[in-house]
Amino acid sequence: MAMLLLFTLVPFVTLLSAALQPVGSRPRGFEWPTNPQWGNFAEAYQVADVTPLLVSSILIVVGVVPLSLLIAALAGYGLASLSIPGERWILLLFIAGLTIPFESLMTPLYYQMRSLGVLNTRWAVILALIGLFMPFGVFWMRSHFVSIPSEISEAAEIDGAGPWQAFWRIHLPLSRPAVASLGILLFLWTWNQFILALVLIEDPSMRTVAGALGAFQSQYQTNTVLLAAGSVLIMAPSIAVFLIFQRQFSKALLEGAVKG
Amino acid sequence: MLPAFAMYAAFVLWPLIVSVNYSFYDWNGITESRWVGLENYERILTDADQLNPIFNSIKLLAFFTIVPVAAGLLSAAILNDLRSRFLGAYRTSLFLPQVIPLVASGILWGWIYSLNGILNQGLSWIGLGSWTRPWLGDFDLALPAVGVVGAWVLTGFCTLLLASGISKIDRNLYDAARVDGAGRIREFFAVTLPGVRREIGVCVIVTMIGALASFDIVFITTRGGPGRETLVPGVHIFRAAFVEREIGAASAMAVILMLLIWTLILPIQRYFQRDLTK
Repeated sequence: MAMLLLFTLVPFVTLLSAALQPVGSRPRGFEWPTNPQWGNFAEAYQVADVTPLLVSSILIVVGVVPLSLLIAALAGYGLASLSIPGERWILLLFIAGLTIPFESLMTPLYYQMRSLGVLNTRWAVILALIGLFMPFGVFWMRSHFVSIPSEISEAAEIDGAGPWQAFWRIHLPLSRPAVASLGILLFLWTWNQFILALVLIEDPSMRTVAGALGAFQSQYQTNTVLLAAGSVLIMAPSIAVFLIFQRQFSKALLEGAVKG
Repeated sequence: MLPAFAMYAAFVLWPLIVSVNYSFYDWNGITESRWVGLENYERILTDADQLNPIFNSIKLLAFFTIVPVAAGLLSAAILNDLRSRFLGAYRTSLFLPQVIPLVASGILWGWIYSLNGILNQGLSWIGLGSWTRPWLGDFDLALPAVGVVGAWVLTGFCTLLLASGISKIDRNLYDAARVDGAGRIREFFAVTLPGVRREIGVCVIVTMIGALASFDIVFITTRGGPGRETLVPGVHIFRAAFVEREIGAASAMAVILMLLIWTLILPIQRYFQRDLTK
């Protein structure tokens, strides 16, 4: 138990200790920072030019998450409550998508985005991510809508609401927690996205923060202190979001895994 | 319904079909492509060098799957008996590796394994100075070293998933086992293990996909090196498609990776789900 905790946390501690040593020094694995250089973070922020990266990441998140949530919710609702011919097959097709690794799609996506004329723009990553999130999103929303008692739909129907109205007026508002959890997961997966950003956007400053960290790494390989400080900076937003939404987040991740 | 399916079809299903199509051609992405039938597959399946990434990813399964599931089961069983006010903080900590970008995990471990890193520092400190080395540059140990990174990312997640499964087991089953005189270990095998069957299945599947699609970690820590020692299918596809510009070969590897994942996962899915449909 304690061992697992040590195994989990020691890497973070040693990264932090390296990040706080004087820039240009050659730190050792763990060294108590006798004179912690908090300024390293500011320097790494400046050297890696993080502001445009943050903006870029936020733009990508804004492009991906709300739209994914909306169309996943619509599809999940459709699969759960309307009887659609071939429904089972459509669901199976989505479930199969849960196992498709990004690696198997990166080559065709590259040429597809090129012929769409969006290669090297954020649209390339946004479009691809929305598509790739659909299997999980639809599956998640569907299992949520299936769990809603059918009396609610029936009551809405008696009141004269069509399926469209029932969705907007009743089901969507009732599903706020499920949608929120999905939103947190999609946010994090988008924010941390590396491979698509690397392949589809040549200019690191237009990638996600995580995608740009790769470029920063090859550039500052030898400058351990700065690289460590940069890594801490880039982990910080993910960790902050996690800590703020911890409850929903852990629930979403664990439930999501079991459902998926 | 339609928009979701349209996006999915356009950016997942269609590329998958395109990938299969590319795999039958010899194409550098610029000039005219040439139909070569199954030649790309033949080259991969008959050349030890080309098969190497697939075997590497299968070796990684030991670290990405077996370690997290086994260690996760053990610590989840202990975690569930603990009553401590630090439990919340403990669970939070275990989640951290799962939350940060894999790129950051890669850089973090690159530092740990480096010549001045804490691993070598610790070894010297306990008098094993002769064991120190740049781990990720070592031909024999680089792959296990990458595997440990995967274990680090996934063990906490599996622990928490399994713990949440254990907490849903009916307490009466434990009482009954105790009345029957079962010890802690018997209890674990008779009650806990069957009780979290579904969660174990999920852990195995999620971590297997993690091992076979381990692009981020490998790309950041070793780029597949030294030599081809840590090359995995994802990095191989990246190199073939974007460095060597052999789109056909890259696509054939992508299709093989896809089929490999399906052949491994379908029976597992079947096995762990069998009881659940009752």
